[in-house]
Amino acid sequence: MPSIRLTLNGERRDVEVDDPRVTLLDLLRERLHLTGTKKGCDRGQCGACTVLVDGRRINSCLALAMSCDGADVLTIEGVARGDVLDPVQAAFVAHDALQCGFCTPGQIMSAIGLIREGQAGDDPERVREAMSGNLCRCGAYAGIVDAVLEAQKSVNATDQRRSA
Amino acid sequence: MKSFDYVRPATIAEAIAAATAPGASYLAAGTNLLDLMKGGVARPDRLVDVTRVKGLDRTEKLPDGSVRIGALVRNADLAYNNEFASAYPAVAEALLSGASAQLRNAATVGGNLLQRTRCAYFYDPASACNKRQPGSGCDARGGENRTHAILGWSEACIATNPSDFCVPLVALDAVVEIEGRNGRREVALEALHRLPASTPERDTVLEPGDLIVAVRLPPAAQGFAGNSRYLKVRDRTSYAFALVSAAAALRIERGAIKDARLALGGVAAKPWRAREAETMLVGARADNATFAQVAVAALGAAKPSGDNAFKIELARRTIVRALTLAAAGTPERLPALPASPFSPAAGVIQHA
Repeated sequence: MPSIRLTLNGERRDVEVDDPRVTLLDLLRERLHLTGTKKGCDRGQCGACTVLVDGRRINSCLALAMSCDGADVLTIEGVARGDVLDPVQAAFVAHDALQCGFCTPGQIMSAIGLIREGQAGDDPERVREAMSGNLCRCGAYAGIVDAVLEAQKSVNATDQRRSA
Repeated sequence: MKSFDYVRPATIAEAIAAATAPGASYLAAGTNLLDLMKGGVARPDRLVDVTRVKGLDRTEKLPDGSVRIGALVRNADLAYNNEFASAYPAVAEALLSGASAQLRNAATVGGNLLQRTRCAYFYDPASACNKRQPGSGCDARGGENRTHAILGWSEACIATNPSDFCVPLVALDAVVEIEGRNGRREVALEALHRLPASTPERDTVLEPGDLIVAVRLPPAAQGFAGNSRYLKVRDRTSYAFALVSAAAALRIERGAIKDARLALGGVAAKPWRAREAETMLVGARADNATFAQVAVAALGAAKPSGDNAFKIELARRTIVRALTLAAAGTPERLPALPASPFSPAAGVIQHA
């Protein structure tokens, strides 16, 4: 059976792929039982399946697992350090940036990707535009934008302290 | 999804050999193809994953002043390449007005050129569609068709090409580099996509096994950097396909237009170059009267294919606004909402 090599949440894994039709999303959820990454539309429209591949946010429902051979994959399960939340997770809690929570793992992974991209600055309009690939049917958008802006501030401040 | 074989060649030659077989299809990021396969619209027997083919992921300036964009360059990487974006700002604006950040991080240059129409009847295997199943008919003709073509359509097909990227590229005379069974050839992007006529199943002039390896912009394309815009009118301001879009690029000296490029998106089965309008612009004053006149000419051959007569007037107004924005100068930084007609700046006149 063909297998692929992944670095999954920091850990090297050899994973068998029994069928080339398996998407990265289905591999994570059904084969590796990492169910934090959600399947919403399964068509690249809702963003619930967002993960980072080689540091970039993508829709895992539109990537074949086979195509990810050799990739570094970060999912919501790999974001916190033990009991210490990632700054984006903490900001989502602080700003009440969710209601039902189904879209939240995708929102958080997308926000982490957005902050790494460094294109939005502190402009809420640019954050809204850069988060438009993540739908929230509860309509928690106002809290999400506030959370992203605050998390970005705290991530950038930490980066500055590190490089000082 | 129907089952398929998966192969991952390392070289262009291996890729072409693997993709020449009947039922084979190239796979890059898969952001459109996997969606089509999940819906049963595309049913390849073999996927040839070209993402590991070496040498196709670079953007390079050539000695003659042209730029060569590898087919595997990701949409986001090209749009955020500062050197590229400042030389070809309308191309960057078009890229950033399309899809979502996640999709732009994955989607490739070659894949963008070859994405299929978003006509809902093409996507629904229960509907008649001559593009999906030749000879089956066209349910779009009597169906929901307010977003469909107003130029170049036929009785067989009224679908539009959904690409934003292709619109400024075609305006700037982009050339597509293709490797195939008989070696390398070049096709003007304007000639890559076909109008439907009686064979809408063929989107492009590509032959089996043909692989797009790069897109090139000629040296003259840089001459418009100071006055280039892309404007996209859509049902939502973000993450939606164009109802109508326009790429406008001007060279202006002392108020007079020295050279002009104009292309439309969302109006036809291909990115639509408005050459007659370009000819009228050269030598004219860069003002509203000129722009209104050329907009009428650009849509001279337009006719509704259904409940979409509004798109003809919308396209005229989009042209006037895009030219007005281009004449005002390329902004230092792309607006928060790229290509949007909604300006966040207070006091800006919204109607051209």
